[in-house]
Amino acid sequence: MENSIEIKELKLAFGAVTVLEDLNLRVGQGEFLVLLGSSGCGKSTLLNCIAGLLDVTDGEIHIQGRNVTWEEPSQRGIGMVFQSYALYPQMTVEGNLSFGLKNARVPKDEIATRIARAAAVLQIEPLLKRKPGALSGGQRQRVAIGRALVRDVDVFLFDEPLSNLDAKLRADLRVEIKRLHQTLKNTMIYVTHDQVEAMTLADRIAIMKGGQIMQLAPPSEIYNRPVNKYVAGFIGSPAMNFMEGQLEAAAQSFDTGRGLSFSVQGYEFVGAPTSGPVWLGLRPEHIQSGRWADGQPVQLEALVDMVEPMGSDTQVWATVNGQELRFRMDGQEPVAIGDRMPIGFDPARLSLFDKKTENRL
Amino acid sequence: MSATEITTAAGTASAVTPRGAKPKSAFAPRNIMLYGTLIVFSIYYLLPLYVMLVTSLKDMAEIRVGNVFSPPVEITFQPWVKAWSEACTGINCDGLSRGFWNSVRILIPSLILSVSVAALTGYVLACWRFRGSEVFFGILLLGAFIPYQVLLYPLVIILREMGLFGSLWGLVLVHTIFAMPINVLLFRNYFVALPEELFKAARVDGAGFWGIFFRIVIPMSLPIFVVSGIIQVTGIWNDFLFGVVYTRPENYPMTVQLNNIVNSVQGVKEYNVNMAATLLTGLVPLVVYFFSGRLFVRGIAAGAVKG
Repeated sequence: MENSIEIKELKLAFGAVTVLEDLNLRVGQGEFLVLLGSSGCGKSTLLNCIAGLLDVTDGEIHIQGRNVTWEEPSQRGIGMVFQSYALYPQMTVEGNLSFGLKNARVPKDEIATRIARAAAVLQIEPLLKRKPGALSGGQRQRVAIGRALVRDVDVFLFDEPLSNLDAKLRADLRVEIKRLHQTLKNTMIYVTHDQVEAMTLADRIAIMKGGQIMQLAPPSEIYNRPVNKYVAGFIGSPAMNFMEGQLEAAAQSFDTGRGLSFSVQGYEFVGAPTSGPVWLGLRPEHIQSGRWADGQPVQLEALVDMVEPMGSDTQVWATVNGQELRFRMDGQEPVAIGDRMPIGFDPARLSLFDKKTENRL
Repeated sequence: MSATEITTAAGTASAVTPRGAKPKSAFAPRNIMLYGTLIVFSIYYLLPLYVMLVTSLKDMAEIRVGNVFSPPVEITFQPWVKAWSEACTGINCDGLSRGFWNSVRILIPSLILSVSVAALTGYVLACWRFRGSEVFFGILLLGAFIPYQVLLYPLVIILREMGLFGSLWGLVLVHTIFAMPINVLLFRNYFVALPEELFKAARVDGAGFWGIFFRIVIPMSLPIFVVSGIIQVTGIWNDFLFGVVYTRPENYPMTVQLNNIVNSVQGVKEYNVNMAATLLTGLVPLVVYFFSGRLFVRGIAAGAVKG
């Protein structure tokens, strides 16, 4: 796959504070890449560097095979969508869409064609004569996407575009963005702190922390095989259960040292397994309970401490031999505080991390 | 329909039960305090204005009777005409009109120059920070705390060296310089509060320094231009000190000429003419406040569109 965007040894520092250091990233042609991380991890900063809104301290940025490190944002062949929509309040929707094209001295009839096309794609034709103040949040964000669309660029940059919308609209627009990507097949880089957006939209997710990319992989791999404890804890809701304990390499068994031990036979180690202190991660949704615990390779008994019914399913906080565990069960199954119930899981779905380095074993 | 009637009937019948909007008393202590204070202050400010107005409409014979507060028995506009076109200052006897037009010729270029330079400076300080821009802004603000008197004579020398002393343009320059601290502060703080992502979006859309200023920033900033404009119009129009120091008698602004008419020691003191002259001089700021108040509200409403 040819690279659409290539970032080489990027460094960004504000005085003594280094925000990004030695960052390398390749984004394929037509790929949907999501930059995911908690606030302050440098994901928006990286996006601003790609857009050219921030001058980099060191390194190179290539877009469509062209070194654009020193170029103005408007010359980089990118369109950008912002969290606050950033529509020009005194211009109509049409004015907003045509502003960039007028600056680029695109001929009038060409502008009209492009606006008509973008408006059709985004279904905003009836809004063209209105001002942003007279639009709803979802409509404004659609116009903001349209502003990127009319520029006829190869790369779309999204900076948390759905964060200002309410939950339902967010879900709707998420689907629309995905559909848009399937239609346009442009390269898209999408910054978010919402893991649902990341999982549903991305071809690949880059999880960032402290200005570095922790893991760059397709969503399923990020979910199933997180490279370290941070990624494992960040992805998944409710969060992964972590147990501290000792790994016996020869017997392939795990022992918390406080009365809970079980075999991890079936787990795929990254390298050769070595004995030592580890973190064991187990996703709540991978724990089976009640009659579904039958036939699972590892079977334990849990004491229910707390119950959170969510309708579709129920989150249960339980203790297993002195170890706290959270798991999900069918929302229709009866469960009460103080219940004892069998639980079971498959070690193939575990994650084991070295205690010291917190990297996947 | 019937359901509504029942509810209404129940509501009126049980007027004693607390329900709906809480009843308010017009004579609550809070209201008495509030309106009492407002009325007292209105009288305090309006009474002198009233005295000036009635005195300017009386002839001298009636003024000599001494009833300051009584309305004119016979209304005459002669004092206004005299103040505008006949009152004497020194050897000129063409009234305040000369001062009025001088003030207009000073006001318009000073207003345009000071507001545009302040807006541009504020824009740079808010949106295009450079090394030391904060220090620059700090120094500029310091200027607001320096008394004018300290700078009077140095400025005389500077203007003399530039060959502008005594001319109208020298005074325009002085007004522009002294407008900087407060107006730059106004504009900068207003521009800083504009959403940053708008600038980013405009840059992605290919707008440059001037493009963003004229097409994005100015259309969003009508309220602050109105505020700055009011400050400048009233400040420049009411200025006396700079006018008397930096111009020659033929260019004296209206305020200086008013002083020369009112404070002339020769002949009879014509109170009615003096009052009319003073009202005429104060008319411009009054009109500005009167009209810009409405414009100001409209400006705020236009700027209230959330980006």
